Amino acid sequence: MFNWFSSSNKLAPVDRLVKSHQLRPVELLPWAAAIAAYFLFDSYLPLGSQILIMILFAMSLDLVLGYAGIVTLGHAAFFGAGAYAAGIYAVHVSGEPLSGLVVGAVAGAIVGFLSGLVILRTQGLTLLMLTLAVGSLLGEAANKASFITGGADGLQGVSIQPILGLFSFDLFGRTAYVYCGIVLFFAWIFARRLVHSPFGRSLIGIRENVTRMNAIGSPVRGRLLTVYTISAAIAGIAGALLAQTTQFVGLTVLTFERSGEIVIMLIFGGIGRLYGAFVGATLYMIAQDQLSEIDPIFWEFWIGLLLVLVVMFARGGVLGLLDRAIQRWRRRS
Amino acid sequence: MSTTASLETIGLRKSFGALVVANDINFRLEPGARHALIGPNGAGKTTFINLITGRLAPSTGRILLGGEDITSLSQADRVKRGLGRTFQINTLFKGMSVLDNVCLSIGERDGQAGNMFRLVGARPTVIEEAYALLERLRIADEAMTLVKELPYGKQRLVEIAIALGLKPKVLLLDEPAAGVPSAESSIILDIVEQLPQDIAMLIIEHDMDLVFRLARRITVLVQGGVLVEGAPSEIARDERVREVYLGERHHV
Amino acid sequence: MNEIFAAAVSILFHGLAYAMILYIISVGLSVTMGLMGFVNLAHGVFAMAGGYVTVTLMNDYGMPFGIALLVAFLVIGALSMVMERVLYARLYGASELEQVLFTIGLVFMAVALVRYVWGPLPQRMTLPAVLSGQIDLGFRTFPVYRTFLIGVSFVLVLTLWLGIERTNFGAQIRAAVDNRRMAESLGINTRRLFTLTFALGSGLAAFGGGLGADILAISPGYAIEYLVYFLIVVAVGGLGSLRGPFVAALLLGISDTACKYLVPELGAFFIFLAMIGILLWRPAGLFGRM
Repeated sequence: MFNWFSSSNKLAPVDRLVKSHQLRPVELLPWAAAIAAYFLFDSYLPLGSQILIMILFAMSLDLVLGYAGIVTLGHAAFFGAGAYAAGIYAVHVSGEPLSGLVVGAVAGAIVGFLSGLVILRTQGLTLLMLTLAVGSLLGEAANKASFITGGADGLQGVSIQPILGLFSFDLFGRTAYVYCGIVLFFAWIFARRLVHSPFGRSLIGIRENVTRMNAIGSPVRGRLLTVYTISAAIAGIAGALLAQTTQFVGLTVLTFERSGEIVIMLIFGGIGRLYGAFVGATLYMIAQDQLSEIDPIFWEFWIGLLLVLVVMFARGGVLGLLDRAIQRWRRRS
Repeated sequence: MSTTASLETIGLRKSFGALVVANDINFRLEPGARHALIGPNGAGKTTFINLITGRLAPSTGRILLGGEDITSLSQADRVKRGLGRTFQINTLFKGMSVLDNVCLSIGERDGQAGNMFRLVGARPTVIEEAYALLERLRIADEAMTLVKELPYGKQRLVEIAIALGLKPKVLLLDEPAAGVPSAESSIILDIVEQLPQDIAMLIIEHDMDLVFRLARRITVLVQGGVLVEGAPSEIARDERVREVYLGERHHV
Repeated sequence: MNEIFAAAVSILFHGLAYAMILYIISVGLSVTMGLMGFVNLAHGVFAMAGGYVTVTLMNDYGMPFGIALLVAFLVIGALSMVMERVLYARLYGASELEQVLFTIGLVFMAVALVRYVWGPLPQRMTLPAVLSGQIDLGFRTFPVYRTFLIGVSFVLVLTLWLGIERTNFGAQIRAAVDNRRMAESLGINTRRLFTLTFALGSGLAAFGGGLGADILAISPGYAIEYLVYFLIVVAVGGLGSLRGPFVAALLLGISDTACKYLVPELGAFFIFLAMIGILLWRPAGLFGRM
């Protein structure tokens, strides 16, 4: 958590603990930045929407990976499930966007719950492998069920009605940006409350020492399944947003690359602190937009190298580095 | 005895193939007991604890907690019914503060731990209780310190605090002073001595001074089976116990 | 009736070839994971590199197939030894997540390098004349190459199994997989053992990559695309085991071939489902220890 500004060590420990979970002003920085970006970068709003979607996706992964400690390389399964569900809903049922979000969330949640039910009994390599398998499974299914999903060509014709009947998607991406921003905002409120709740703390306990959690009577598997399902639902919402804002769903929403990419974004930002998703996704997406056009091979190589370096020297990601820098600055003054 | 035992095992047996690690153990822990479990290394003391807590499933036999059969219950369910334990090696949440560690166990007991809609601290009863517990164990000064930064002896106290946070009816202490420098172990012993009298306590220990200071009843476990059980004075005089520990009969 | 028999034989044959390649590539991963507990998702890179080296040596330098395979084995084996000492060794104590991320980073780097040097298209391998065509085994004709592949693989696997059972080196590996601390206290230098085993496993993967270039196409996406399959073989077989991955590879190879032949609309869907099922029934793998 952001403990950069806690000066009063004189406060009784109970009060300090209570305060550490309350909202701090610095946590509103991302929102100030998001609002500022709307005005400052108004020709980049489509990219901005995609960044917001990736932040949402990465935040959902943080719940599972950063807080509960479940190492997964298949999180795109939920993202893709939500994307396809929302896309198919828009094409065949209704272009109303808000109900499309619900459809995406439910699709993600169902896939998350069913896969969690089976794979959360395992751990280590077996668990990792099963997350990969579930991801591959869904990828294959989407590929083969081309009569619904459009297969390799993708799902076309996703047209979205105006939000609340008032705000239609415009060519500059303004509506999309605000739409994604508001969805992210509510998701953030929910996620923040979750990680700062007793439930959230117990997830950290499970990650830190599952033996101890069992020995204090914690229903470990139930907690893990709950967070896995919630995270899958949020990832599903992110997928739905993608389908609605780009009006297209392709097979790339379900690939291993997509799962790996979101893990990388989160690692770069810093896992287990909720805001790593904001920092990591933003930096990655901007860098990708600027650099991968120049040379996609170059991009892939440097991302790999950066990943290796981060693991070796900067395990807490950008936020971790910031933490260390601030501590050093504090010690000097 | 006409009273219901706090904890009882009947014919508890565990074998891995031909290797028998628990051999038809019949054991009773009375309410408010101060009961020590001793025996040479490899006698199966920790195995016995693991069978009671449910980390290990028995081959045959029954376990009763307060008269209720818990043999088929999960670890978590047994804890909910009043069973608490400490581990021989510190099993703590090293990256979290001492206060957080104890809050986790109190929260589980309290039922608040599953709440995902309220901020930690919105209703501070859990935190206050945790802090009070730390004060009683005299580690309140370290409340905000991360466990991994504490000396081993203090970590051992946190281990006990977590178990106490569960308000157990039966407390299993697996070598509470193990690995602690002798200067600090007296603190641990004081704490253990002052624990509420209504908790039934089973302590595994190697240090005989500790055992004779704390225990009102001793069970000697050898090769997975009960060798003898009785009051400390009886055990001290028992020839078989001496043999087991010293390996040969003493000649006067 | 004859058609069903013919189809079954064909499926078994091709499935067997596929299985052998999967096994040769994956066995190194199983042993090194069982030995060191290190999650190495970059294992596919060695297989891929072996494929590229083999194909390049044959196409551009006219090297005979067998020699090219041998060179690939030695070169990639040596290269992997260097990588192990310089890179992997730093992360033996790290968490599973860190090992996963680290090795994925290596995969991305390797894939980018390969794409840069060789381009994005799959490599065409021209089979040596002696291995092309069909061979008549009495009741049916089979492609010579696949028959050769199966034959060579069998010899290789037998050599490997005998080696592990009969040689000193093999005994040390078995001891260290079983209980590393005990092995160390017996005087076995597990660090050096691991480096050598790693090299052997990676070299084998390279050999398998080159040998199986006809089945698993050599392209930059190789290391990522087939990773799931290697991991399935290892996880379903059981870490640290030699026989387990063999059985798993057979299951995977034959059933995947069968599915692609009989119900191509389903593709690999059924395979993933089946593997998930097996892992739920036996989370430590069919022959695993935990």
